[in-house]
Amino acid sequence: MISRFLLSNMDRRGYVFLALVAAIGLLVPLANLLVPAGSPFHVSTATMSLWGKYLCYALLALSLDLVWGYCGILSLGHGAFFALGGYAMGMYLMRQIGSRGVYGNPVLPDFMVFLNWQELPWYWWGFSSFPFAMLMVLAVPGLLAFVFGWFAFRSRVTGVYLSIITQALTYALLLAFFRNDMGFGGNNGLTDFKDILGFSVQAQTTRAALFAMTCVMLASGFLIARGIVSSKLGKVVIAIRDAESRTRFLGYRVDRFKLFVFTVSACMAGVAGALYVPQVGIINPGEFAPANSIETVIWVAVGGRGTLVGAALGAVVVNWAKTMFTSGFMAPYWLFALGVLFVFVTLFMPKGILGTAQGWWEKRRKPAALPAAEPAPAE
Amino acid sequence: MNAPVPGALTSSLLYLDGVSVSFDGFKAIRGLSLTIAPGEMRAIIGPNGAGKTTMMDIITGKTRPDEGTVMFGGSVDLTRLDEAAIANLGIGRKFQKPTVFDFHTIEDNILLALKSQRTVLKTLFWQTASAQQKRIDDILGIVKLADKRERLAGSLSHGQKQWLEIGMLLAQDPKLLLVDEPAAGMTDGETAQTAVLLKEIARDHSVIVVEHDMGFIRELGVKVTVLHEGSVLAEGPLDQVSANERVVEVYLGR
Repeated sequence: MISRFLLSNMDRRGYVFLALVAAIGLLVPLANLLVPAGSPFHVSTATMSLWGKYLCYALLALSLDLVWGYCGILSLGHGAFFALGGYAMGMYLMRQIGSRGVYGNPVLPDFMVFLNWQELPWYWWGFSSFPFAMLMVLAVPGLLAFVFGWFAFRSRVTGVYLSIITQALTYALLLAFFRNDMGFGGNNGLTDFKDILGFSVQAQTTRAALFAMTCVMLASGFLIARGIVSSKLGKVVIAIRDAESRTRFLGYRVDRFKLFVFTVSACMAGVAGALYVPQVGIINPGEFAPANSIETVIWVAVGGRGTLVGAALGAVVVNWAKTMFTSGFMAPYWLFALGVLFVFVTLFMPKGILGTAQGWWEKRRKPAALPAAEPAPAE
Repeated sequence: MNAPVPGALTSSLLYLDGVSVSFDGFKAIRGLSLTIAPGEMRAIIGPNGAGKTTMMDIITGKTRPDEGTVMFGGSVDLTRLDEAAIANLGIGRKFQKPTVFDFHTIEDNILLALKSQRTVLKTLFWQTASAQQKRIDDILGIVKLADKRERLAGSLSHGQKQWLEIGMLLAQDPKLLLVDEPAAGMTDGETAQTAVLLKEIARDHSVIVVEHDMGFIRELGVKVTVLHEGSVLAEGPLDQVSANERVVEVYLGR
C-alpha cells in the first residue's frame, strides 16, 4: 500500500527529478572520493559541502511548497522548524565531543562549563543517543507545528494574519535562543563538532556520506510530498486553498487537514536542518532570523509555487546565484539583486521558472498535439 | 400562521422556531418559524434583505442565532454544530454565486463532494471503488458534463458551474438540499432544464429553493414561503400566496 501511495500518479517530471537527485547523490561523492584531485572531474570537498547545503535548502523549500503552494498557508516562519531540527542534531553532535572540549568536561559542553553550570539540564538528556536525537529532529518541529497549528487553524486565522504570527513565532524563538540561560549556547550557538556516529565530521568520507544522505532525504521528502498532493487528501488541500468555506460545507474539517500538512511539512523542514548542521559545522540563533524564512518563500516563488520540483530547483538556483554574487566584487549588492529577482518573478513569471518553462513547452507542442487532445464524445 | 402545529417537531426534517439573529443591531431574522417535512420541496421567496441567505447560514452553521430552536430530523440541535458536522449530518448547500473548485477537474469536483468518510487518514489513503466511480459517472451524466470531465472547473460557463454545483450536491447525497438562486444568470432554456433537474432531485431528497424568478417557481409547482424583514409573511401554494395583499404590497406589486 505504501509503495502504491508513493508511486501512483508519479509524472514524468517527478521521475526526471528523482533520477537527477539519485545521479547527483551517487556521482558527486564518487567524484570526490575516487577521482584524483588533479582531474577535471574531481569535486572538491568544499564544493560538495556547499552543494550539500543547497540540497538541504531544497528540502526546506519543498516543505514550504507543500503548505504554501498546495494549502495556501503562507508560512513566514518555516526557518524556525529548520533551525529546531538543526539544534536537535547540534545537541547530539555536542554530546559526542565528550572530554575533547576545551575544558575537558566529559558531560557538559564547553559553554555550560563557561557558565558555571554543574549538571546537564533535563532537556539535554538522551541527546548522546543518535536514535533519540533523530526522533527529536522530527518530534520537536512537528510538535511545535502541531500545537501552533492547533490554535491557529481552529481559530480560523488565515491569510496575512497567519503569516504575521508565523513570523512572530520564529522571531520569538530567535530572541529565546540568543539567551545564554536557555542552555543552547546563546549567541554562539553550537559548534566545534567532532564526531557523528563515531566518524569524524571533518573527514572526506563522512562529508561524502552526509552529501549522499542529503540526496536520499531530498528524494524521500519529494516522494512523501508527491504522495500527499496526488492523493485525495491533496485534492482536499488544494480545495481548501481555493475555496476554504466551500470545502467546509462539503463536510471536511478544514482545520485538521491544514494541521496535517503543516505538521508533516515542519518535520520535513526539521530533517533539512538536521542535515544542514553537520555539513556547515555550526548552528546558531541566526538561523531563526525572520529574513531566512522570507528568503525561503522567495526560493519557492522563483522556482514555481505548487510544483514541488520547482521549489527545490528555486532553492538551488537562488543559493547558487547567491554564492556567485557574494563572492565577487558584486557582494554588497546581493540583497538588491535578490529583491529585484523577487519583483521580476512576481511580475513577469508568476508561475516561477518551472511553470514558465512548462508553459513554453506546452505552447510549442500544442499545434501538433491538438487533434489528439480533443476529448472523445461521451455516450 | 407562524406558530408550528403541535407535534411538528417530531415529524419534521427541519424545524425552525422563533429564530432571531441581529448583526450590529440590525435584526436580519426576527422570530422566524419554518417546518420542512421529509421529502418535501419548498420554495422561499422574498425581497432583498428579507433574510433568505441568513436563514441558510443559520441552518448550515455559518451563523449562530441569538435565540430560537433549529432542529434537524426531530432531535439534532443544529445551533451547537459547526459547518462540517452539519454537512456530514446530511445538509448540503448550493451558494448563490456558483462556488466550485476552479483548479480541479470537473470529475475531481464531484469526487470531493462524493459521500464518504471525511477523516484525514481515510482521504490520504483513498481509493475510488468501482461503485463510487459509477456514481460519479452517473452524476456527470445527470448534470450533462460527462464529456467535459477532464476539464478544469474554472473553464466552465456560469450556467455549467451552477449545474456542476448541483451535481456536487447530488454526490453528497444529503437528506436536505439548500439551493440558493439556482437559476440566477441562466438563459431561459437553462432555467427550464434546471427546474426539471431539481424536480428530479426532489423525488428522493428534501429541497429548499431560494429564488427570485417567479416563472421558475411556477415551474417547480411547490409550496411557497414568503419571507419579509426576517420572518414569514405568507405560506401556501403560489397562486394563493400571490393573491395575498400583503405579499403583493411588499414584493410582487412593485
